Amino acid sequence: MTSLTDPQKDRFRLSMLLYDTRYRSATIQIIALIFFMLVAAWLISNTAQNLAALGKPIDLGFLTEPASYDINQRLLDYDSRDSHLRASFIGLLNTLVVAVLGCATATVIGVIVGVLRLSPNWLVGRLMTVYVESFRNVPVLLWIVFFMAILIETLPAPSAFRGDDPAAHMLLGDSVAITNRGVYIPEPLFSNSLGDIHLFGASPLRFDVSLDLIAILAVLGLGLWASAWIRRRADGIQEATGARPTTWYLRLGVVSVPLAVLLLMLGFHLGMPELKGFNFRGGTHMRNSLIALWLALSLYTAAFIAEIVRAGILAISSGQTEAAAALGLRPRRIMSLVILPQALRVIVPPLISQYLNLTKNSSLAIAVGYMDITGTLGGITMNQTGRELECVLMLMMIYLIISLSISAVMNWYNESVKLRER
Amino acid sequence: MRKSVFLGALTVAGLAAAAAAAGTVDDVKARGKLNCGVATGVPGFAAPDANGEWEGFDVAVCRAVAAAVLGDPKAVEFVPTTGKTRFTALASGEIDMLARNTTWTFSRDVDLKFEFVGVNYYDGQGFMVPKALGVSSAKELDGATVCIQTGTTTELNLADFFRVNNMSYEPVPIETNAEAQQQYLAGACDVYTTDASGLAATRATFENSADHILLPEIISKEPLAPLVRHGDSEWGDIVRWTLNALIAAEEYGVTSTNIGELSAGTDNPEINRLLGTEGKLGEMLGLDADWAKRAIMAGGNYGEIFAKNIGESTPIGLARGLNAQWKDGGLLYSPPFR
Repeated sequence: MTSLTDPQKDRFRLSMLLYDTRYRSATIQIIALIFFMLVAAWLISNTAQNLAALGKPIDLGFLTEPASYDINQRLLDYDSRDSHLRASFIGLLNTLVVAVLGCATATVIGVIVGVLRLSPNWLVGRLMTVYVESFRNVPVLLWIVFFMAILIETLPAPSAFRGDDPAAHMLLGDSVAITNRGVYIPEPLFSNSLGDIHLFGASPLRFDVSLDLIAILAVLGLGLWASAWIRRRADGIQEATGARPTTWYLRLGVVSVPLAVLLLMLGFHLGMPELKGFNFRGGTHMRNSLIALWLALSLYTAAFIAEIVRAGILAISSGQTEAAAALGLRPRRIMSLVILPQALRVIVPPLISQYLNLTKNSSLAIAVGYMDITGTLGGITMNQTGRELECVLMLMMIYLIISLSISAVMNWYNESVKLRER
Repeated sequence: MRKSVFLGALTVAGLAAAAAAAGTVDDVKARGKLNCGVATGVPGFAAPDANGEWEGFDVAVCRAVAAAVLGDPKAVEFVPTTGKTRFTALASGEIDMLARNTTWTFSRDVDLKFEFVGVNYYDGQGFMVPKALGVSSAKELDGATVCIQTGTTTELNLADFFRVNNMSYEPVPIETNAEAQQQYLAGACDVYTTDASGLAATRATFENSADHILLPEIISKEPLAPLVRHGDSEWGDIVRWTLNALIAAEEYGVTSTNIGELSAGTDNPEINRLLGTEGKLGEMLGLDADWAKRAIMAGGNYGEIFAKNIGESTPIGLARGLNAQWKDGGLLYSPPFR
């Protein structure tokens, strides 16, 4: 019997890094990485050197200096003596407001338009095609400016509401004023308010949260939870006995009665806008800039979402619709119970990038003077302090964080609507 | 060099390469054109006319510098800048000088690393309101909506003015003078505030300019000055002394009409030095002897430029006021050409 001797082990030689397929790819990657890092280091040191030569080394100290400018739309307290960091924070909140409002509206409009575009009704289908094509083929900046111009030029100025025989009137029993400076709507007020919680003390990121709002949300949440519990119980009874108990008044009651009691205890009333001096005072002022930006971003992005929804629906085979119809489902229920839940799996991933686009497009706000993070940190602060590099880097970092957060949330949602495979 | 330009362009905001290089005057001569930053359109100060030729009070400074350095007042590439983009444009080297009614302040001079070469217009911030509003003083503006160009010193003055007088207001930030005009005329803001000269210039373009008044309060000092980048003193000197030449020319009575005969030589040695028939001032600047003569011939002396673009005979109708020569009770005072 012969035995095979082990092949003599190759001693490791340097040339094997290049000629041995086991090592080659790692070698190439390491060299590429080193090269990339060298270039990055060169860029960074070049920038730092040139900034030092200009006498402007990187320094974030300017953020604590007083901002000295005013911001019209502020969700938290702010005045011109607050720091640049505070001003940026106010701007960040304004960005988030328009992004959240825009995403929600764009989704609703997009889904409706996407479904209607497939409608067998010739006129409805064509109208939706016209909408989609006209909005997505014109740059969003033009839409923003266009909406702003319409709002400014066509609506009456507050002075038109003045006098014995005013040229313009408030709507809905003198509670809503639509002017070319924005829309004034009643604001909710509480005469027995619970006050605010002050978070983060006196720092630039201080944040007041209304206890009234928390109480209302808590009661509403509990009511909805109770309502869901009643529904599950009814499901149980229906499965056991075949007869479903009538529950709608119970479910309505557990949501609305505690809420009504709470609002009564808090002394809820509406603060009406009133023409005083140059402007309307009181009420909530939704500025033109916000409305124009919100409308333009939503309608523009909705056109893309509509196409995504249409694609998602078309991806579900028509056999599903026919099978559901054969079971006796009405067209609306076929859509909501059979088609849309399956289409969601196709719709959600491209939807994420539309949300990201909308959020990033909100930086066009400066075109209409909406004070978002680009207008504050990347606009006035940058201009007044001359810290271009710091401001732009911070701005990029902030948008990156916002975008990654949206992605994370949407990926989690995508995971939850995914087809469960067994 | 090629490589460093390419990679430098990659760095964020393109900050790196261009700024550090000295020798702006050599760059301008090599290019054969002066890149001059101006406003996006303020009638009288910087606006294209019907033929697309830029003209105005600030534009005249650019033309004078181009005439002094390149010998041709038309060799200017005008770069329209907004209140927000102007400093980045200058710092990054996109423009060689900025003549865009820019207020000379400490932090812009020292912290933003610019060099203001001298004041070409002494201004102050004012307010314009429609007559129909029935307001006669800025102290009555509590609660008003105010249109304001963003990224300017006026924005900060406005905040301080309302704060000190314990009044509230609603700022409407806008990017350019044209947008401000649109919003103001549509009644989207009650008040438009900027430098008083800018207000007068804007009002002059209104259809019913008599329906709008400037309030008497001037709430700030706004010395408007051309500026260049810090760190290139040779170039700074050229722009500074070109401006001084225009001012001195008015003081000595040198105009675009009599400059031909005066440059043959006069009894006044100061005029002779200015016009290059005596001394070597041009050589000291790195230019030829006729530099100031060409600068003055480009658009006339300071007084002629003022009268032609914004003076009382124009629709803008600004009085000389603080901008008269020191001999006439104004603040214009050129250091001696010696």
